[in-house]
Amino acid sequence: MLALLILAVWQAVVPLAGISEFVLPTPWTIVKRIVSDWMLLFRHAWITVLEVVFGFGIAVLTGIPTALAIFYSRVFEKAVYPLLVALQTVPKVVLAPLLVLYLGYGWAPKIFLAFLISFFPIVIATVVGLQALEKPMVSLLRSMGASERQVFVKLRMPAALPNIFGGFKVGIGLAVIGAVIGEYVAAERGIGYLQMQASSRFDTVLSFAAVIVISGVGVMLFSIISFLERKIVFQRETAR
Amino acid sequence: MNRVAPARAVSSPPPGVSVRIEGVSKAYDTREGDSIPALDRTDIMIEPGEFVAIVGPSGCGKSTALNLIAGLLPASSGRILLDGEVVKRPHRKIGVVFQTDLLLYWRTVTENILLPIEIKRGRAADYLPRVEQLLEQVGLQGFGGKYPSELSGGMRQRVAICRALIQDPGLLLMDEPFGALDALTREQMIMDLQAMWLSVRNTVLFITHSIEEAVFLADRVIVMSPRPGRVDLDLHIELKRPRRWAVHTDPRFVDYMARVRKIFESKGVLTER
Repeated sequence: MLALLILAVWQAVVPLAGISEFVLPTPWTIVKRIVSDWMLLFRHAWITVLEVVFGFGIAVLTGIPTALAIFYSRVFEKAVYPLLVALQTVPKVVLAPLLVLYLGYGWAPKIFLAFLISFFPIVIATVVGLQALEKPMVSLLRSMGASERQVFVKLRMPAALPNIFGGFKVGIGLAVIGAVIGEYVAAERGIGYLQMQASSRFDTVLSFAAVIVISGVGVMLFSIISFLERKIVFQRETAR
Repeated sequence: MNRVAPARAVSSPPPGVSVRIEGVSKAYDTREGDSIPALDRTDIMIEPGEFVAIVGPSGCGKSTALNLIAGLLPASSGRILLDGEVVKRPHRKIGVVFQTDLLLYWRTVTENILLPIEIKRGRAADYLPRVEQLLEQVGLQGFGGKYPSELSGGMRQRVAICRALIQDPGLLLMDEPFGALDALTREQMIMDLQAMWLSVRNTVLFITHSIEEAVFLADRVIVMSPRPGRVDLDLHIELKRPRRWAVHTDPRFVDYMARVRKIFESKGVLTER
Protein backbone atom coordinates (compact mmCIF):
# COMPACT_ATOMS: atom_id res chain seq x y z
CA MET A 1 0.00 0.00 0.00
CA LEU A 2 2.66 2.46 1.12
CA ALA A 3 4.88 1.35 -1.75
CA LEU A 4 2.09 2.07 -4.24
CA LEU A 5 1.53 5.53 -2.71
CA ILE A 6 5.24 6.35 -2.97
CA LEU A 7 5.29 5.20 -6.59
CA ALA A 8 2.22 7.31 -7.36
CA VAL A 9 3.76 10.41 -5.76
CA TRP A 10 7.03 9.74 -7.58
CA GLN A 11 5.15 9.36 -10.88
CA ALA A 12 3.25 12.61 -10.31
CA VAL A 13 6.01 14.79 -8.90
CA VAL A 14 8.67 14.27 -11.57
CA PRO A 15 6.77 16.07 -14.39
CA LEU A 16 5.09 18.55 -12.02
CA ALA A 17 8.38 19.72 -10.53
CA GLY A 18 9.91 19.87 -13.97
CA ILE A 19 12.62 17.30 -13.20
CA SER A 20 14.18 15.94 -16.35
CA GLU A 21 13.56 12.21 -16.86
CA PHE A 22 17.25 12.12 -17.62
CA VAL A 23 17.99 12.88 -13.96
CA LEU A 24 15.08 11.05 -12.35
CA PRO A 25 12.94 8.90 -14.61
CA THR A 26 9.38 8.12 -13.55
CA PRO A 27 8.51 4.60 -12.42
CA TRP A 28 6.45 4.07 -15.54
CA THR A 29 9.40 4.89 -17.81
CA ILE A 30 11.53 2.40 -15.88
CA VAL A 31 8.89 -0.32 -16.15
CA LYS A 32 8.61 0.26 -19.90
CA ARG A 33 12.38 0.00 -20.20
CA ILE A 34 12.47 -3.25 -18.21
CA VAL A 35 9.84 -4.70 -20.53
CA SER A 36 11.53 -3.54 -23.74
CA ASP A 37 15.04 -4.58 -22.66
CA TRP A 38 14.12 -7.66 -20.66
CA MET A 39 16.34 -10.00 -22.70
CA LEU A 40 19.38 -7.85 -22.05
CA LEU A 41 18.58 -7.49 -18.36
CA PHE A 42 17.78 -11.16 -17.98
CA ARG A 43 21.01 -12.26 -19.69
CA HIS A 44 23.14 -10.16 -17.35
CA ALA A 45 21.09 -10.90 -14.25
CA TRP A 46 21.41 -14.63 -14.93
CA ILE A 47 25.22 -14.31 -14.84
CA THR A 48 24.96 -12.54 -11.49
CA VAL A 49 22.59 -15.18 -10.13
CA LEU A 50 25.06 -17.91 -11.08
CA GLU A 51 27.93 -16.06 -9.39
CA VAL A 52 25.85 -15.66 -6.24
CA VAL A 53 24.67 -19.27 -6.24
CA PHE A 54 28.19 -20.64 -6.67
CA GLY A 55 29.74 -18.24 -4.16
CA PHE A 56 27.01 -18.87 -1.60
CA GLY A 57 27.02 -22.61 -2.29
CA ILE A 58 30.76 -22.81 -1.63
CA ALA A 59 30.26 -20.73 1.54
CA VAL A 60 27.65 -23.23 2.80
CA LEU A 61 29.74 -26.26 1.87
CA THR A 62 32.86 -24.91 3.59
CA GLY A 63 31.22 -22.80 6.30
CA ILE A 64 29.33 -25.60 8.03
CA PRO A 65 32.34 -27.96 8.25
CA THR A 66 34.40 -25.00 9.53
CA ALA A 67 31.77 -24.33 12.19
CA LEU A 68 31.80 -28.01 13.17
CA ALA A 69 35.59 -27.97 13.46
CA ILE A 70 35.38 -24.88 15.67
CA PHE A 71 32.69 -26.53 17.77
CA TYR A 72 34.36 -29.90 18.20
CA SER A 73 38.02 -28.94 18.36
CA ARG A 74 39.36 -26.80 21.18
CA VAL A 75 42.46 -26.03 19.15
CA PHE A 76 40.35 -24.83 16.26
CA GLU A 77 38.17 -22.79 18.57
CA LYS A 78 41.16 -21.09 20.20
CA ALA A 79 43.17 -20.61 17.00
CA VAL A 80 40.66 -20.01 14.23
CA TYR A 81 37.48 -18.64 15.77
CA PRO A 82 38.91 -15.34 17.11
CA LEU A 83 40.58 -14.81 13.74
CA LEU A 84 37.28 -15.36 11.94
CA VAL A 85 35.44 -12.98 14.24
CA ALA A 86 38.16 -10.36 13.70
CA LEU A 87 38.10 -10.89 9.93
CA GLN A 88 34.36 -10.42 9.92
CA THR A 89 34.84 -6.78 10.78
CA VAL A 90 36.91 -6.23 7.62
CA PRO A 91 34.66 -4.87 4.89
CA LYS A 92 35.28 -7.58 2.31
CA VAL A 93 34.37 -5.33 -0.62
CA VAL A 94 37.64 -3.43 -0.25
CA LEU A 95 39.34 -6.64 -1.41
CA ALA A 96 37.54 -6.49 -4.75
CA PRO A 97 40.30 -4.63 -6.68
CA LEU A 98 42.92 -7.00 -5.29
CA LEU A 99 40.87 -10.04 -6.20
CA VAL A 100 40.62 -8.79 -9.75
CA LEU A 101 44.37 -8.34 -9.77
CA TYR A 102 44.94 -11.94 -8.65
CA LEU A 103 42.00 -13.75 -10.18
CA GLY A 104 41.40 -11.84 -13.39
CA TYR A 105 38.26 -10.52 -15.04
CA GLY A 106 36.26 -13.72 -15.28
CA TRP A 107 33.99 -15.63 -12.89
CA ALA A 108 36.57 -16.22 -10.21
CA PRO A 109 36.75 -12.86 -8.38
CA LYS A 110 32.95 -12.45 -8.28
CA ILE A 111 32.34 -15.95 -7.00
CA PHE A 112 35.17 -15.56 -4.54
CA LEU A 113 33.81 -12.27 -3.23
CA ALA A 114 30.28 -13.67 -2.95
CA PHE A 115 31.75 -16.66 -1.11
CA LEU A 116 33.96 -14.61 1.20
CA ILE A 117 31.24 -12.19 2.21
CA SER A 118 28.64 -14.89 2.98
CA PHE A 119 31.07 -17.35 4.60
CA PHE A 120 31.42 -15.52 7.93
CA PRO A 121 27.77 -15.12 8.88
CA ILE A 122 27.16 -18.79 8.05
CA VAL A 123 30.09 -19.98 10.19
CA ILE A 124 29.27 -17.74 13.12
CA ALA A 125 25.53 -18.47 13.07
CA THR A 126 26.25 -22.21 12.98
CA VAL A 127 28.76 -22.06 15.84
CA VAL A 128 26.39 -19.97 17.96
CA GLY A 129 23.54 -22.37 17.18
CA LEU A 130 25.59 -25.40 18.19
CA GLN A 131 26.84 -23.76 21.37
CA ALA A 132 23.37 -22.61 22.42
CA LEU A 133 22.27 -26.16 23.23
CA GLU A 134 21.62 -26.77 26.92
CA LYS A 135 24.02 -29.25 28.53
CA PRO A 136 21.27 -31.33 30.23
CA MET A 137 19.87 -32.10 26.76
CA VAL A 138 23.15 -33.79 25.88
CA SER A 139 23.14 -35.64 29.23
CA LEU A 140 19.66 -36.91 28.44
CA LEU A 141 20.75 -38.46 25.14
CA ARG A 142 23.93 -39.82 26.68
CA SER A 143 21.89 -41.48 29.43
CA MET A 144 20.05 -43.31 26.65
CA GLY A 145 23.42 -44.60 25.46
CA ALA A 146 23.68 -42.29 22.43
CA SER A 147 27.00 -41.99 20.60
CA GLU A 148 28.29 -38.51 19.73
CA ARG A 149 27.19 -39.14 16.15
CA GLN A 150 23.65 -39.83 17.36
CA VAL A 151 23.72 -36.80 19.64
CA PHE A 152 24.69 -34.73 16.61
CA VAL A 153 22.07 -36.14 14.26
CA LYS A 154 19.16 -36.33 16.71
CA LEU A 155 19.87 -33.25 18.77
CA ARG A 156 22.66 -30.83 17.89
CA MET A 157 21.84 -30.39 14.20
CA PRO A 158 18.06 -29.99 14.52
CA ALA A 159 18.55 -27.65 17.49
CA ALA A 160 21.01 -25.48 15.53
CA LEU A 161 18.98 -25.36 12.29
CA PRO A 162 17.04 -22.16 13.08
CA ASN A 163 20.36 -20.36 13.70
CA ILE A 164 21.95 -21.87 10.61
CA PHE A 165 19.09 -20.67 8.43
CA GLY A 166 19.41 -17.24 10.05
CA GLY A 167 23.02 -17.29 8.85
CA PHE A 168 21.92 -18.38 5.36
CA LYS A 169 19.44 -15.50 5.13
CA VAL A 170 22.07 -12.93 6.05
CA GLY A 171 24.61 -14.68 3.81
CA ILE A 172 22.50 -14.81 0.64
CA GLY A 173 21.81 -11.07 0.78
CA LEU A 174 25.49 -10.33 1.28
CA ALA A 175 26.47 -12.73 -1.52
CA VAL A 176 24.42 -10.63 -3.97
CA ILE A 177 26.28 -7.51 -2.82
CA GLY A 178 29.60 -9.35 -3.17
CA ALA A 179 28.90 -10.47 -6.73
CA VAL A 180 27.66 -7.05 -7.85
CA ILE A 181 30.65 -5.25 -6.29
CA GLY A 182 32.89 -7.72 -8.10
CA GLU A 183 31.16 -6.78 -11.34
CA TYR A 184 31.50 -3.07 -10.63
CA VAL A 185 35.25 -3.39 -10.29
CA ALA A 186 35.95 -5.38 -13.39
CA ALA A 187 33.65 -7.46 -15.52
CA GLU A 188 32.42 -8.06 -19.02
CA ARG A 189 28.99 -9.34 -18.02
CA GLY A 190 26.58 -9.37 -15.12
CA ILE A 191 23.92 -6.96 -13.90
CA GLY A 192 26.50 -4.83 -12.05
CA TYR A 193 28.53 -4.53 -15.24
CA LEU A 194 25.39 -3.55 -17.18
CA GLN A 195 24.61 -0.85 -14.64
CA MET A 196 28.14 0.58 -14.79
CA GLN A 197 27.86 0.65 -18.57
CA ALA A 198 24.50 2.39 -18.38
CA SER A 199 25.84 5.00 -15.94
CA SER A 200 28.88 5.73 -18.07
CA ARG A 201 26.52 6.38 -20.99
CA PHE A 202 24.26 8.53 -18.74
CA ASP A 203 21.47 6.04 -19.41
CA THR A 204 19.73 6.69 -16.08
CA VAL A 205 16.65 4.72 -17.04
CA LEU A 206 18.64 1.53 -17.66
CA SER A 207 20.61 2.14 -14.49
CA PHE A 208 17.37 2.28 -12.52
CA ALA A 209 16.10 -0.79 -14.34
CA ALA A 210 19.26 -2.62 -13.23
CA VAL A 211 18.61 -1.56 -9.61
CA ILE A 212 15.10 -3.01 -9.83
CA VAL A 213 16.37 -6.25 -11.34
CA ILE A 214 19.16 -6.65 -8.77
CA SER A 215 16.66 -6.09 -5.99
CA GLY A 216 14.39 -8.66 -7.62
CA VAL A 217 17.26 -11.15 -7.71
CA GLY A 218 17.98 -10.55 -4.02
CA VAL A 219 14.34 -10.97 -3.03
CA MET A 220 14.02 -14.12 -5.12
CA LEU A 221 17.10 -15.80 -3.64
CA PHE A 222 16.06 -14.80 -0.12
CA SER A 223 12.60 -16.26 -0.76
CA ILE A 224 14.12 -19.55 -1.86
CA ILE A 225 16.03 -19.76 1.44
CA SER A 226 12.88 -18.84 3.38
CA PHE A 227 10.96 -21.49 1.51
CA LEU A 228 13.56 -24.14 2.33
CA GLU A 229 13.54 -22.97 5.94
CA ARG A 230 9.79 -23.45 6.19
CA LYS A 231 10.17 -26.93 4.70
CA ILE A 232 13.13 -28.04 6.84
CA VAL A 233 13.05 -26.16 10.12
CA PHE A 234 10.31 -26.84 12.63
CA GLN A 235 8.29 -23.65 13.03
CA ARG A 236 8.16 -23.06 16.75
CA GLU A 237 5.73 -20.14 16.58
CA THR A 238 3.04 -21.86 14.54
CA ALA A 239 2.41 -24.32 17.36
CA ARG A 240 0.61 -21.91 19.65
CA MET B 1 -8.60 -43.62 20.24
CA ASN B 2 -8.05 -47.34 20.29
CA ARG B 3 -8.11 -48.84 23.72
CA VAL B 4 -4.96 -50.77 24.43
CA ALA B 5 -5.36 -54.16 26.01
CA PRO B 6 -4.34 -54.09 29.67
CA ALA B 7 -1.78 -56.81 29.06
CA ARG B 8 1.67 -55.48 28.26
CA ALA B 9 2.01 -55.13 24.52
CA VAL B 10 5.77 -55.30 24.27
CA SER B 11 7.30 -57.20 27.16
CA SER B 12 6.57 -58.16 30.71
CA PRO B 13 8.14 -55.85 33.28
CA PRO B 14 11.71 -56.84 34.06
CA PRO B 15 12.58 -57.26 37.71
CA GLY B 16 14.14 -54.20 39.27
CA VAL B 17 17.88 -53.70 39.11
CA SER B 18 19.96 -53.75 42.28
CA VAL B 19 22.28 -50.80 42.91
CA ARG B 20 25.48 -50.96 44.96
CA ILE B 21 27.45 -47.81 45.56
CA GLU B 22 30.75 -48.87 47.15
CA GLY B 23 33.00 -46.26 48.72
CA VAL B 24 32.35 -43.79 45.94
CA SER B 25 33.99 -40.36 46.01
CA LYS B 26 33.69 -37.68 43.40
CA ALA B 27 35.60 -34.41 43.22
CA TYR B 28 35.27 -31.73 40.59
CA ASP B 29 38.26 -29.81 39.33
CA THR B 30 37.74 -26.07 39.27
CA ARG B 31 39.22 -23.63 36.76
CA GLU B 32 41.71 -22.52 39.39
CA GLY B 33 43.03 -26.07 39.62
CA ASP B 34 41.44 -26.80 43.00
CA SER B 35 39.46 -29.91 43.63
CA ILE B 36 35.99 -29.61 45.20
CA PRO B 37 34.70 -32.79 46.83
CA ALA B 38 31.07 -33.42 45.92
CA LEU B 39 30.72 -36.91 47.30
CA ASP B 40 32.90 -38.53 49.95
CA ARG B 41 33.35 -42.31 50.41
CA THR B 42 29.66 -43.01 50.10
CA ASP B 43 28.07 -46.46 50.41
CA ILE B 44 24.48 -47.01 49.37
CA MET B 45 22.85 -50.37 48.66
CA ILE B 46 19.49 -50.51 46.95
CA GLU B 47 17.52 -53.75 46.65
CA PRO B 48 15.75 -54.67 43.40
CA GLY B 49 12.29 -53.14 43.31
CA GLU B 50 12.97 -50.67 46.09
CA PHE B 51 11.81 -47.05 45.91
CA VAL B 52 14.59 -44.99 47.45
CA ALA B 53 14.53 -41.23 47.88
CA ILE B 54 17.65 -39.20 48.51
CA VAL B 55 16.88 -35.92 50.18
CA GLY B 56 19.30 -33.13 50.90
CA PRO B 57 20.06 -29.48 50.25
CA SER B 58 21.87 -28.20 47.17
CA GLY B 59 25.50 -29.24 47.10
CA CYS B 60 25.03 -32.45 49.10
CA GLY B 61 26.11 -34.52 46.13
CA LYS B 62 22.74 -36.10 45.44
CA SER B 63 22.69 -35.06 41.78
CA THR B 64 26.31 -36.14 41.49
CA ALA B 65 25.34 -39.57 42.81
CA LEU B 66 22.63 -39.79 40.17
CA ASN B 67 24.98 -38.79 37.38
CA LEU B 68 27.48 -41.41 38.54
CA ILE B 69 24.82 -44.15 38.59
CA ALA B 70 23.56 -43.05 35.17
CA GLY B 71 27.11 -43.51 33.87
CA LEU B 72 27.30 -39.86 32.82
CA LEU B 73 30.27 -39.11 35.09
CA PRO B 74 33.20 -41.25 36.15
CA ALA B 75 33.73 -41.71 39.90
CA SER B 76 37.00 -40.40 41.36
CA SER B 77 37.25 -43.55 43.46
CA GLY B 78 35.12 -46.48 44.49
CA ARG B 79 32.70 -48.26 42.22
CA ILE B 80 29.05 -48.56 41.34
CA LEU B 81 27.41 -51.86 40.41
CA LEU B 82 24.05 -52.36 38.73
CA ASP B 83 22.95 -55.97 39.05
CA GLY B 84 26.57 -56.80 39.88
CA GLU B 85 27.91 -55.09 36.76
CA VAL B 86 30.34 -52.17 37.19
CA VAL B 87 29.00 -48.96 35.64
CA LYS B 88 31.37 -47.55 33.05
CA ARG B 89 28.94 -45.99 30.62
CA PRO B 90 25.18 -45.41 30.51
CA HIS B 91 23.48 -48.69 31.26
CA ARG B 92 20.80 -50.02 28.94
CA LYS B 93 18.45 -50.83 31.80
CA ILE B 94 18.08 -47.30 33.15
CA GLY B 95 15.64 -44.51 32.43
CA VAL B 96 16.34 -40.98 33.63
CA VAL B 97 13.94 -38.13 34.37
CA PHE B 98 15.62 -34.77 34.82
CA GLN B 99 14.49 -31.63 36.60
CA THR B 100 13.17 -30.09 33.39
CA ASP B 101 11.31 -32.13 30.80
CA LEU B 102 14.03 -31.76 28.12
CA LEU B 103 11.57 -32.59 25.35
CA LEU B 104 12.73 -31.92 21.80
CA TYR B 105 10.37 -29.21 20.59
CA TRP B 106 10.49 -30.32 16.96
CA ARG B 107 9.20 -33.79 17.82
CA THR B 108 5.66 -34.79 18.71
CA VAL B 109 4.88 -36.37 22.08
CA THR B 110 5.02 -39.86 20.56
CA GLU B 111 8.29 -39.13 18.73
CA ASN B 112 9.80 -37.81 21.97
CA ILE B 113 8.80 -40.92 23.88
CA LEU B 114 10.27 -43.13 21.14
CA LEU B 115 13.64 -41.33 21.17
CA PRO B 116 15.38 -43.94 23.41
CA ILE B 117 14.20 -46.67 21.04
CA GLU B 118 15.66 -44.82 18.06
CA ILE B 119 18.93 -44.31 19.90
CA LYS B 120 19.14 -48.03 20.54
CA ARG B 121 18.17 -48.70 16.92
CA GLY B 122 15.02 -50.54 17.89
CA ARG B 123 11.93 -50.67 15.68
CA ALA B 124 9.87 -47.69 16.78
CA ALA B 125 6.66 -49.14 15.33
CA ASP B 126 6.85 -52.10 17.72
CA TYR B 127 6.62 -49.73 20.66
CA LEU B 128 3.62 -47.68 19.53
CA PRO B 129 1.13 -49.74 21.60
CA ARG B 130 3.35 -49.25 24.65
CA VAL B 131 3.43 -45.48 24.01
CA GLU B 132 -0.36 -45.41 23.96
CA GLN B 133 -0.47 -47.45 27.15
CA LEU B 134 1.95 -45.13 28.95
CA LEU B 135 0.12 -42.00 27.79
CA GLU B 136 -3.12 -43.46 29.08
CA GLN B 137 -1.51 -44.22 32.43
CA VAL B 138 -0.46 -40.60 32.86
CA GLY B 139 -3.80 -39.25 31.63
CA LEU B 140 -2.55 -38.02 28.27
CA GLN B 141 -4.42 -40.36 25.93
CA GLY B 142 -4.88 -38.73 22.56
CA PHE B 143 -1.96 -36.34 23.03
CA GLY B 144 0.55 -38.41 21.03
CA GLY B 145 0.42 -36.12 18.00
CA LYS B 146 0.79 -32.86 19.93
CA TYR B 147 3.99 -30.87 20.13
CA PRO B 148 5.56 -30.02 23.51
CA SER B 149 4.73 -26.33 23.03
CA GLU B 150 1.05 -27.26 23.09
CA LEU B 151 1.31 -28.85 26.55
CA SER B 152 1.44 -27.44 30.07
CA GLY B 153 4.52 -27.89 32.28
CA GLY B 154 2.97 -30.79 34.17
CA MET B 155 1.93 -32.54 30.97
CA ARG B 156 5.40 -32.13 29.54
CA GLN B 157 7.00 -33.70 32.59
CA ARG B 158 4.54 -36.59 32.30
CA VAL B 159 5.73 -37.11 28.75
CA ALA B 160 9.32 -37.08 30.01
CA ILE B 161 8.39 -39.82 32.49
CA CYS B 162 6.78 -41.87 29.70
CA ARG B 163 9.99 -41.45 27.69
CA ALA B 164 12.04 -42.79 30.62
CA LEU B 165 9.65 -45.75 31.00
CA ILE B 166 9.30 -46.72 27.33
CA GLN B 167 11.87 -49.49 27.66
CA ASP B 168 10.57 -50.73 31.00
CA PRO B 169 13.82 -49.80 32.72
CA GLY B 170 14.88 -51.92 35.68
CA LEU B 171 16.08 -48.71 37.31
CA LEU B 172 14.38 -45.34 37.08
CA LEU B 173 16.51 -42.37 38.11
CA MET B 174 14.64 -39.17 38.88
CA ASP B 175 16.52 -35.94 39.54
CA GLU B 176 14.15 -33.52 41.29
CA PRO B 177 11.55 -34.28 38.64
CA PHE B 178 8.81 -32.14 40.17
CA GLY B 179 11.01 -29.25 41.28
CA ALA B 180 9.93 -27.00 38.42
CA LEU B 181 6.18 -27.59 38.81
CA ASP B 182 3.56 -25.61 40.69
CA ALA B 183 2.36 -27.03 44.02
CA LEU B 184 -0.96 -28.44 42.81
CA THR B 185 0.50 -30.10 39.72
CA ARG B 186 3.26 -31.50 41.89
CA GLU B 187 0.76 -33.08 44.29
CA GLN B 188 -1.02 -34.79 41.40
CA MET B 189 2.27 -35.96 39.90
CA ILE B 190 3.35 -37.49 43.21
CA MET B 191 0.10 -39.48 43.39
CA ASP B 192 0.41 -40.55 39.75
CA LEU B 193 4.03 -41.57 40.14
CA GLN B 194 3.12 -43.82 43.06
CA ALA B 195 0.31 -45.42 41.05
CA MET B 196 2.59 -46.02 38.07
CA TRP B 197 5.35 -47.42 40.19
CA LEU B 198 2.95 -49.80 41.97
CA SER B 199 2.01 -51.22 38.58
CA VAL B 200 5.66 -51.68 37.56
CA ARG B 201 7.62 -52.21 40.80
CA ASN B 202 11.01 -51.49 39.31
CA THR B 203 13.84 -49.93 41.30
CA VAL B 204 13.51 -46.16 41.65
CA LEU B 205 16.07 -43.67 42.88
CA PHE B 206 14.29 -40.42 43.47
CA ILE B 207 16.30 -37.29 44.21
CA THR B 208 14.54 -34.41 45.86
CA HIS B 209 15.00 -31.53 48.27
CA SER B 210 11.47 -31.96 49.56
CA ILE B 211 11.33 -33.99 52.78
CA GLU B 212 7.61 -34.47 52.37
CA GLU B 213 7.90 -35.76 48.80
CA ALA B 214 10.60 -38.22 49.90
CA VAL B 215 8.69 -39.60 52.92
CA PHE B 216 5.45 -39.89 50.99
CA LEU B 217 6.88 -41.75 48.01
CA ALA B 218 9.77 -43.85 49.23
CA ASP B 219 10.37 -47.17 50.96
CA ARG B 220 13.62 -45.70 52.21
CA VAL B 221 14.71 -42.13 52.65
CA ILE B 222 18.44 -41.45 52.53
CA VAL B 223 19.40 -38.09 54.01
CA MET B 224 22.57 -36.44 52.78
CA SER B 225 24.40 -33.35 53.96
CA PRO B 226 26.76 -31.16 51.97
CA ARG B 227 30.45 -30.41 51.67
CA PRO B 228 31.44 -33.10 51.18
CA GLY B 229 28.31 -35.12 50.46
CA ARG B 230 27.75 -37.97 52.92
CA VAL B 231 24.88 -40.16 54.05
CA ASP B 232 23.62 -39.03 57.48
CA LEU B 233 20.49 -41.10 57.85
CA ASP B 234 18.96 -44.14 56.18
CA LEU B 235 15.32 -44.26 57.16
CA HIS B 236 12.89 -47.07 56.35
CA ILE B 237 9.38 -45.75 55.80
CA GLU B 238 6.91 -48.33 57.04
CA LEU B 239 3.68 -46.91 55.68
CA LYS B 240 1.17 -49.08 53.81
CA ARG B 241 0.72 -48.68 50.07
CA PRO B 242 -0.99 -47.27 48.20
CA ARG B 243 -0.50 -44.22 50.38
CA ARG B 244 -3.33 -41.73 50.27
CA TRP B 245 -2.79 -38.01 50.61
CA ALA B 246 -4.31 -38.24 54.12
CA VAL B 247 -1.22 -40.13 55.26
CA HIS B 248 0.33 -36.68 55.73
CA THR B 249 -1.53 -36.43 59.03
CA ASP B 250 -0.55 -39.93 60.18
CA PRO B 251 1.58 -39.60 63.38
CA ARG B 252 4.24 -41.92 61.91
CA PHE B 253 4.45 -39.74 58.80
CA VAL B 254 4.85 -36.67 60.97
CA ASP B 255 7.52 -38.46 62.99
CA TYR B 256 9.51 -39.45 59.86
CA MET B 257 9.38 -35.85 58.65
CA ALA B 258 10.61 -34.63 62.04
CA ARG B 259 13.52 -37.09 62.09
CA VAL B 260 14.74 -35.96 58.67
CA ARG B 261 14.28 -32.32 59.63
CA LYS B 262 16.30 -32.88 62.80
CA ILE B 263 19.31 -33.97 60.74
CA PHE B 264 19.15 -30.78 58.71
CA GLU B 265 18.81 -28.71 61.87
CA SER B 266 21.83 -30.39 63.46
CA LYS B 267 23.84 -29.74 60.29
CA GLY B 268 22.77 -26.12 60.15
CA VAL B 269 20.93 -26.61 56.89
CA LEU B 270 17.69 -25.56 58.56
CA THR B 271 17.63 -23.03 61.40
CA GLU B 272 14.77 -21.42 63.30
CA ARG B 273 15.35 -17.92 64.49
